[in-house]
Amino acid sequence: MSSKDNILKAIRNQFVESVPLPSLDQDWIDYEDRVAHFAETLESVGGAAHVVQSMEQVQEILSQVPQYADAKKCVSTVSGISANVDLNTIGDPHELEDIDFAVLQGQFAVAENGAVWITDRDVKHRVIYFIPQYLAFVVHCPGDAASAIVSNMYQAYEQIKLTGEAEFGAFISGPSKTADIEQSLVIGAHGARSLHVFLVENQTP
Amino acid sequence: MSSTQDHPAKAKAFVANNERAHWHDKALWFVREKRDRMANSLPEWETLREVASEIKSHTIGKLADYLEQFEENATKLGVHVHWAKDDKEHNRIVLEILQSHDVKRVVKSKSMLTEECHLNPFLEKHDIEVIDTDLGERIVQLRDESPSHIVLPAIHIRKEEVSETFEEHLGTEHGNSDPKYLTEAARGHLREKFLGADAGITGVNFAIAETGGIVVCTNEGNADLGVSLPKLHIACMGIEKIIPRLNDLSVFLRLLARSATGQPITTYSSHFHGPLTGGEMHIVLLDNGRSDLMGSNEFRNSLKCIRCGACMNTCPVYRRSGGHSYSTTVPGPIGSILAPAMDSKANKSLPFACSLCGSCTDVCPVKIDLHHQLLTWRGELRKRGQLPIDKWLPMKVGSWVMRSPSLFAMVGSIGRFFLRNMPRWMIYHGLNSWGKQRELPEAPKKSFRQLYNEQQKNKPQAGDKNNE
Repeated sequence: MSSKDNILKAIRNQFVESVPLPSLDQDWIDYEDRVAHFAETLESVGGAAHVVQSMEQVQEILSQVPQYADAKKCVSTVSGISANVDLNTIGDPHELEDIDFAVLQGQFAVAENGAVWITDRDVKHRVIYFIPQYLAFVVHCPGDAASAIVSNMYQAYEQIKLTGEAEFGAFISGPSKTADIEQSLVIGAHGARSLHVFLVENQTP
Repeated sequence: MSSTQDHPAKAKAFVANNERAHWHDKALWFVREKRDRMANSLPEWETLREVASEIKSHTIGKLADYLEQFEENATKLGVHVHWAKDDKEHNRIVLEILQSHDVKRVVKSKSMLTEECHLNPFLEKHDIEVIDTDLGERIVQLRDESPSHIVLPAIHIRKEEVSETFEEHLGTEHGNSDPKYLTEAARGHLREKFLGADAGITGVNFAIAETGGIVVCTNEGNADLGVSLPKLHIACMGIEKIIPRLNDLSVFLRLLARSATGQPITTYSSHFHGPLTGGEMHIVLLDNGRSDLMGSNEFRNSLKCIRCGACMNTCPVYRRSGGHSYSTTVPGPIGSILAPAMDSKANKSLPFACSLCGSCTDVCPVKIDLHHQLLTWRGELRKRGQLPIDKWLPMKVGSWVMRSPSLFAMVGSIGRFFLRNMPRWMIYHGLNSWGKQRELPEAPKKSFRQLYNEQQKNKPQAGDKNNE
């Protein structure tokens, strides 16, 4: 008998009372001001949120971010943001090791934990979310900024529609961090050393 | 886990350094307080715990069906699913996958399961370099130690010691123990390892039956870097990590980081559905005693554990004795339940590393009745005849004495006499384990019974004076 059959048989041989699966649609927290709560939470985990009206404004703010302004190599997957490395021309993801700054598309944001949902659909190398020194996400909001922010994780998962094909997605909340040395918080462990999130109002992606 | 481990003996060594023991205690209490602030910020915290616990109970009841569903859906996404009944088979499967791809260098993100299977030494024996990439795990790996906590692997190590280790292995400045400086040095060192790796191994926080995907949570981003550069990703998981629905994650991700480190969510909660484009993904499902645990009405609940470590951070015994005193991969309250289930004889001292204060049960995000299970283990050890004599004999004598009032009175008066009149060496010695670090109370001259009887005799009779 294979190990699979052995394991499944061992499990099925155990008498375990069956318990119904609970409903997830409960009275979860709803924030009155999702934008403010998101911005506050993102800040508390080391990131920064910006509500803007146009891509020009995103470019303008980025230009004042020293890490972007001084970046030697920059990737952007968002139209309207200037960059000098085209991700689609890179064959081997290892070549991305010296990317200083990346501006990437975020899908939507979560107020309760400051996270942004990202996917690797239309992104050639998923490592681009993790390998750059500094990172910015651009989230297009169909209406005002609150239209792209859900209050809680239940609502977040209701938004996620998987394709059924192989794909990668992640909630990313703030820059990479560690507190493994004496519980001292250090920003910039292995991933991005900073994270800016731009919520661009009244934009269709 | 073949040799007998003795928690009190190891804890004694830990508390011998008083300053360090207090520092350790405080560091963990700091994390516990952060957890409290997070829990209190959500009005639905108790509902979340309840729902999480119910999801886990439900899943354990239908585990075989969900595992099959998971395999089917993961396979559809192009994942190779493997089944391992024990640690040996697990390690063999991982080695075969690595060898068939001619892998020489592996980067690994935190996985308590691969610790449980002792995968690192096994792969190293077969000439494969394994680099732990979580900063805390890398520190303990360089020091040739094991993690002392499941979320904070290097919580027992001072920054000065990290500095010495890094000076030796990474060439950092002598005497520079600034955490920022040391973390930066590790970042540079590990970047090279990420870029040079042929394969990435991760653990699994949750595996979703309805989608065939897995979720890995980290703060550092090490799991993602480790499996987004090389083409080969191996994910190792215990069979209890299954959850039925994608949206069940909303409950668990809300609880996990808040309980573990007091963060609203980990920085990265990565959902892997199938391999990287052009890559290969393998998932190894491990039993290793978990299906046996399922059959136990008393201890089944311990399979609900999501490995947040909250029970350790709050445990007064863990905080003051350190993770290594448990001699197990998973220490603390949950480890003291899981380890005896694997080998009750070797780990018989662990259910006693507990004051039954119940704090672990209060903070557990999936409502495992930890301290009840620890108490049940004590009874179970007695039934199996594995209790040392100094634990069961005094109890037996005590029970016998207390059943006879006259015997109780006699033993009491002898005891009071001895405590009052015998020299110290006759009372505090090897047989009196209670008195090792404690002073016995001063024995009163008279027992309660004597005092009560005297008072009854001298009491003015009701109605003597004022009842006219």
